[in-house]
Amino acid sequence: MILAVPPALGADSSFTPDPTRRQELIRMVRQDCGSCHGLTLKGGLGPALLPDALRDKDRNGLVFSILQGRPGTAMPPWQNFLSRREAEWIVDQLRLGFPDER
Amino acid sequence: MNAKMNAKWIAPLVLLLAGCAAWQPRGTGDLGLVVERAAGRVMVVETSGHSKLGEVTGLGDLSHASVVYSRDQRYAFVFGRDGGLTKVDLLAQRIDRRIVQAGNSIGGAISEDGRLVAVANYEPGGVKVFDSATLELVADIPSEYAPGRRAKVVGLEDAGGRRFAFSLFEAGEIWLADLGAEASPRLQKFKNIGQEPYDALVTRDGRYYLAGLFGEDGLALLDLWHPERGVRRILPGYGRGQEKLPVYKMPHLEGWAQAGNLAYLPAVGRHEVLVVDTRTWRETGRIPVRGQPVFVMAEPGGRRVWVNFALPDNGAVQVIDTETLQVIQTLHPGRAVLHMEFTPRGEAVWISCRDDNRVAVYDTATLRELARLPAASPSGIFFTARAHGIGF
Ligand code: HEC
Repeated sequence: MILAVPPALGADSSFTPDPTRRQELIRMVRQDCGSCHGLTLKGGLGPALLPDALRDKDRNGLVFSILQGRPGTAMPPWQNFLSRREAEWIVDQLRLGFPDER
Repeated sequence: MNAKMNAKWIAPLVLLLAGCAAWQPRGTGDLGLVVERAAGRVMVVETSGHSKLGEVTGLGDLSHASVVYSRDQRYAFVFGRDGGLTKVDLLAQRIDRRIVQAGNSIGGAISEDGRLVAVANYEPGGVKVFDSATLELVADIPSEYAPGRRAKVVGLEDAGGRRFAFSLFEAGEIWLADLGAEASPRLQKFKNIGQEPYDALVTRDGRYYLAGLFGEDGLALLDLWHPERGVRRILPGYGRGQEKLPVYKMPHLEGWAQAGNLAYLPAVGRHEVLVVDTRTWRETGRIPVRGQPVFVMAEPGGRRVWVNFALPDNGAVQVIDTETLQVIQTLHPGRAVLHMEFTPRGEAVWISCRDDNRVAVYDTATLRELARLPAASPSGIFFTARAHGIGF
């Protein structure tokens, strides 16, 4: 299965948050991002963040959207809450199918 | 009656009574539901002794779930994010009926006669109206505002009569649907009401429908007694103004915070609660608060207004005294406060603390914690008193 992951998705795969932070990030995406994108990330006020929706989109563009937000829309910037590497990790996980809490 | 007879009847009678214990008649006026959103479950609670009575599972994705009640206060209609509409029997503590009526939805309302339940949908955009007894579809109203384009529906409220009012996020429109002739609702559309209405409320007297705008400063006001007068813009410039703080959580307008002639509203993207005179709909003041308000809710008697906040201040709750318009207390009920609900006459408030997996109950007079109930990622709390409030 790992072979099926396109190389682009694995970029900078060296970074994985430590277990505590990982849980925090998962909770944050499910709960706080989920308040606009849906707890199951199927979409709400914000668009779906499921693998099918993001697969063909530019990784850096998505990371940038998360850190800087999308001015003129409801998508806020998260740079005060997330490092760049954490945002990248989130995008990679979103594209693979985001893990559940616990 | 002789002794023999008594002995003969006592055993079965005791059995019968024991069997009935679980089904003793009970009122529902002090009951409510707490949404455990990640678990797809609701807790049935009672507010007289601050306790959990039971739980009902299998309600699907409950992020952003909300609840309205049947007029007999026995049934809850739970609107799930995944388009699920579940009718929960509070007394039997089980699902009475459940349908999945859309792909993605945001909330709903019940008509004043209690017969119609309407659901606001994001995907596919529109409103569906159901018979509250059977959950059979009564009317389907696609939110098509331009050929082939359907908007996400927000702020769906009971508008009195057999009417529902709702707003179209992308279109910037308010629609008023009259279900007098059920199958073919009469629609009145108000266009250019402002950019991106995100939520709405109906005033306690049922007269005004007020939609908050995300895309610009201000709110849109519709007089439900006189819809022919059209939609009026109020509080221009209240919104994000020059500061434009990012908004990490959309504020909510449900729960009309009104005390006397003053109403209290969350400012979008500001650390402020707005005070509005409901006779003129002019701003009369702003109360600085700790963070971006999400819910601004007045106690039923109007003496105090309770406010919770978006990230990063979502561990705090502030209490505003409506006589002095000052914050009198900052409470820390737990991490990630998502919702607050007052008991029917307001002596206590229940506060959900998502990240501490509990609900905290506070005495509204002493501002002291009275009780804690464990709950899995609790979000919305809804008491049956809502059944008899206007505009839910
Ligand atoms: C207050 C609402 C809100 C919150 C909270 C929110 N988003 Fe968004 N997000 C949006 C909206 C609205 C858009 C669409 C913006 C547009 O129209 O371009 C969006 C767009 C995005 C996109 C781009 C999607 C695409 O298909 O291009 C990503 C990625 C994203 N959000 C991730 C996140 C993450 C991760 C979080 C939490 C850390 C988050 N969002 C929290 C509202 C929100």
